[in-house]
Amino acid sequence: MNSIPTFSSMNPEAGLAKALGMPRPDIIAEISASGLKGRGGAGFPTGVKWNFAASAKADRKYIICNADEGEPGTFKDRVLLQEYADLVFEGMTIAAKAVGAKEGILFLRGEYTYLRSHLEAVLQSRREKKLLGKDVLGANFEFDIRIFMGAGAYICGEETALIECLEGFRGEPRNRPPFPVNTGFLDRPSVVNNVETLAWAACILQQGADWFKSKGTEKSTGIKIFSISGDCARPGVYEFPMGISVAELLKHVGGQNARAVQIGGASGQCIPASEFKRSIAFEDIPTGGSVIVFGPHRDMLDVLHNFLEFFLDESCGQCTPCRLGNRKLLEGVEMLQAGTCSMAYLQELCALGESMQLSSKCGLGQSSPCAFLSVVKHFRDELMGRTDHLTHA
Amino acid sequence: MSENNTLETSRRAPASQQSQSIVPPLNAQAIGGQVSLTIDGQEVKVPLGTTILDAALKIGAHIPTLCHHPDLCVAGVCRICSVEVEGMRTLQAACAFPITAPIKVKTHTAKVRLARRHIVDLLLSDHYGECYTCRRNNNCELQSLAREHGVDYFRFGHPEKPAHKIDTSSYSVVRDLNKCVLCRRCVRTCIDLQEVGTIEVVGRSDNSHITPFLDKPLGDVVCINCGQCINRCPTGALHAQDYTDEVWAAIDDPKKHVVIQTAPSPRAAIGECFGLPAGKALTFELNTALRRAGFDMVFDTNFTADLTILEEGTELLLRLKKALLLREPAAFPQFTSCSPGWVKYLEHFYPEYIPNLSTAKSPQQMFGAVIKTYYAEKHGIDPKDIVTVALMPCSAKKFECNRPEMDDSGFKDVDYGLTTRELAKMIRESGIHLPDMPKSDFDHPFGTATGSGVIFGATGGVMEAALRTVIELVCGIKVEDLFEHANIKPVRGFEGVRYVELPITTVGPVPDMLKHLFPHWNFLKGATLKVAVAHGTANAKKVMEDIKKGGQFSKCHFIEFMGCPGGCIGGGGQPIPTSPEIRAARAAAIYAEDAVYEIRKSHENPDVARIYGEFLSDGPCGQKSHKLLHTHYTARGKYID
Repeated sequence: MNSIPTFSSMNPEAGLAKALGMPRPDIIAEISASGLKGRGGAGFPTGVKWNFAASAKADRKYIICNADEGEPGTFKDRVLLQEYADLVFEGMTIAAKAVGAKEGILFLRGEYTYLRSHLEAVLQSRREKKLLGKDVLGANFEFDIRIFMGAGAYICGEETALIECLEGFRGEPRNRPPFPVNTGFLDRPSVVNNVETLAWAACILQQGADWFKSKGTEKSTGIKIFSISGDCARPGVYEFPMGISVAELLKHVGGQNARAVQIGGASGQCIPASEFKRSIAFEDIPTGGSVIVFGPHRDMLDVLHNFLEFFLDESCGQCTPCRLGNRKLLEGVEMLQAGTCSMAYLQELCALGESMQLSSKCGLGQSSPCAFLSVVKHFRDELMGRTDHLTHA
Repeated sequence: MSENNTLETSRRAPASQQSQSIVPPLNAQAIGGQVSLTIDGQEVKVPLGTTILDAALKIGAHIPTLCHHPDLCVAGVCRICSVEVEGMRTLQAACAFPITAPIKVKTHTAKVRLARRHIVDLLLSDHYGECYTCRRNNNCELQSLAREHGVDYFRFGHPEKPAHKIDTSSYSVVRDLNKCVLCRRCVRTCIDLQEVGTIEVVGRSDNSHITPFLDKPLGDVVCINCGQCINRCPTGALHAQDYTDEVWAAIDDPKKHVVIQTAPSPRAAIGECFGLPAGKALTFELNTALRRAGFDMVFDTNFTADLTILEEGTELLLRLKKALLLREPAAFPQFTSCSPGWVKYLEHFYPEYIPNLSTAKSPQQMFGAVIKTYYAEKHGIDPKDIVTVALMPCSAKKFECNRPEMDDSGFKDVDYGLTTRELAKMIRESGIHLPDMPKSDFDHPFGTATGSGVIFGATGGVMEAALRTVIELVCGIKVEDLFEHANIKPVRGFEGVRYVELPITTVGPVPDMLKHLFPHWNFLKGATLKVAVAHGTANAKKVMEDIKKGGQFSKCHFIEFMGCPGGCIGGGGQPIPTSPEIRAARAAAIYAEDAVYEIRKSHENPDVARIYGEFLSDGPCGQKSHKLLHTHYTARGKYID
């Protein structure tokens, strides 16, 4: 317990009580002033998102908490929901008040089914305490939350695929625009926020935008929760201010001798030791919180193979670049492993990776080549070392 | 008199495969609902919400497409239409991007060209088969894309073995997933356009494939054989069962007397297979070509279309007599039964309404039965030596002629149904350039046809033909007195559902042909005949749901249903491609043909009068016609083991 000291130090429901006494635009202004950006990894300004949904005209609006934590190496939301569920639900309630929603949905990852009874109990106790329901804290404001179980597809963490899934369809990303803030669940304006984002929103209402802004960098304010795993002495869930350098982070977790770290999960970037002084922030290395440490003995091709297998499994198959491109990249890695990939073909695959980044329909296909491209860029000698009988032919 | 109907429908396709409502910016009014943008440096002004693809067309910029189809909702899945929008990190799908701001678009930058070529390369890396052995050779969108995008070799490889077994289980539609590019046009056609929902995407990533329920063969699931999926498939992954080899074998067999009937819709469209623009009927050129190709006799399906009108019209009058004169229960509304896609749709989805379906066979099947009885007798040919072939715009006709009950002549009434595409292939194989053929007439004894038969091909046509006959037989007046040139325009058009009321103010004497069935028409005097027309099964569903609820359409007396959008001219056996414009051009050709016929009403066809005189001597809906020209149906239901 108490994995995340800042969250542990919060006063329960102080943020909600404050929000209920504020006009809607002021809540959004507070969130905007804090500079809070989406903690799922995309980094979209939360205040802007809430404002879009608040100004959209509709008979119903929805607050959706994205708890489909599926990015390889990410497990902070699980801890958050286990230990600080009240804070997350409080954040949802504040968001509902801000945009004018009556219904909230927690989209819970299929693998987290074991958390469901705990979360239902928390929701029930909140209803009993009048923190949810018809008349929240006697403030003439109605809001309730239900839990929807995901079925295990990584792609459903993409917000429009998540909404498709909620509507009972195959979980596949929609065309954007329009965006969920206008046309979301059941074609109604919907705010989809990550678990951590909502928890921070509750903290910001309680402690104020200035408190949040005092941490982190100018463009990436506040604290970030990290899931740290791999070849380090002390893996686990950590909180660090935004802008922390990779080197400093590694020092904290006992991973100083790493040869590379994967930041942002399988869809993130692979940072070699030579770049450990870079900082983890939206303006440098963006992340949803996953940090995977690779020790000196790791074979980067094996790492890449693992990631690409993952994407080949998890692509929804809808768009051509992602459906077939990931297969070609994986085959390329296998050719590299077997020493049968020519320089020319490797170039071709890198160009393909760039085309995938540009032309895939959603974030999955746009980011799945990142690991391939960064490993090829930073560890080229190591990869091509296995093909010298070809390159020197 | 006429009234268009727009019933609310709930689309079943998921939103990821639909065009979505565009939220206009707050100042939409101020800028007049229009937005200016630049495409490749050229300024263009379009209504808000126009896609980049449509905007580019306005300035003549061609953006390639694959998953896009003019009849279908937006998918944005193939990504071949990717373009650069200034200020956006990634490329955008032009087909799915609604313009709501003055953006700057570039359609063929280096990034765009490379991405498109990669997309084609990737599709080819997963596409088994060689163009020269493919039915869609020279009419394939993937082939065109490869040519347009300079694909010079298989950059990412090419499958050496097929990964899927070809599904030939259906009488109508063949599925070859080895050629599927997963554009999902067939899925959107089936779920969204037709609202049948036979096929869906199953599996993820490169395992995703399009398949019927539980990967069952198509012949074993709820499929209405309409073939609309075939018409919209960009590659050779979907095609109709091809019986041309069997037909050639019959032609080559000197003992066989091979008779072909041609329907009006394929005649109005087959020119497209020979490079003509849509909208030019080649009816009489085709007669010459078919004789040169080796058919012994060429008949006009219009003859049995006229026969259908008399049988189905009489059936309607009998139902009205039962209800209004005898005060007995009768199944209303009566539904038309000439579209085999619609018939199977009803058998699956609304089997409880089978009593409403006219028992009259379709013109194709009536002709088969008449040829193997009346014609065989008249010409002294043993019916077992006759092979009847039907040129139809339809893939469902292939299923229909194989229905086990369709053997009332003592033989299989129609041996082979050919689509427009298959016959075009046979004609090409014969070295004939169809548009160059001299014109010639149909063969006797069915040489006279009427305009009423011709218009069967367009939605509303059967209804118009039936009304021309029923009005004249009942009211004893000329239909021209009610409608200029006998054009009953209220039932024409492409609105999904049309509804018309015709008050019967006067009645005439009962014509001789019907005297044994009706003592007088007094029971119809003062009645208002309520009729409706629906085309495409999605529209049929709207009407059926309304009937189930006891709504407006449940009060109708007669409803024409066509399985395919646009009616037969948009049938699943017609030339590819199809679009609303192409179907409108084919329909115009059909109505133009109707207008020049001397006889335009089925009951005035002298050949029809003769067959009732010589052969079906107990008249329409008599015992003999019941045996040969009427049929029964099978309640299939939605759940099949």
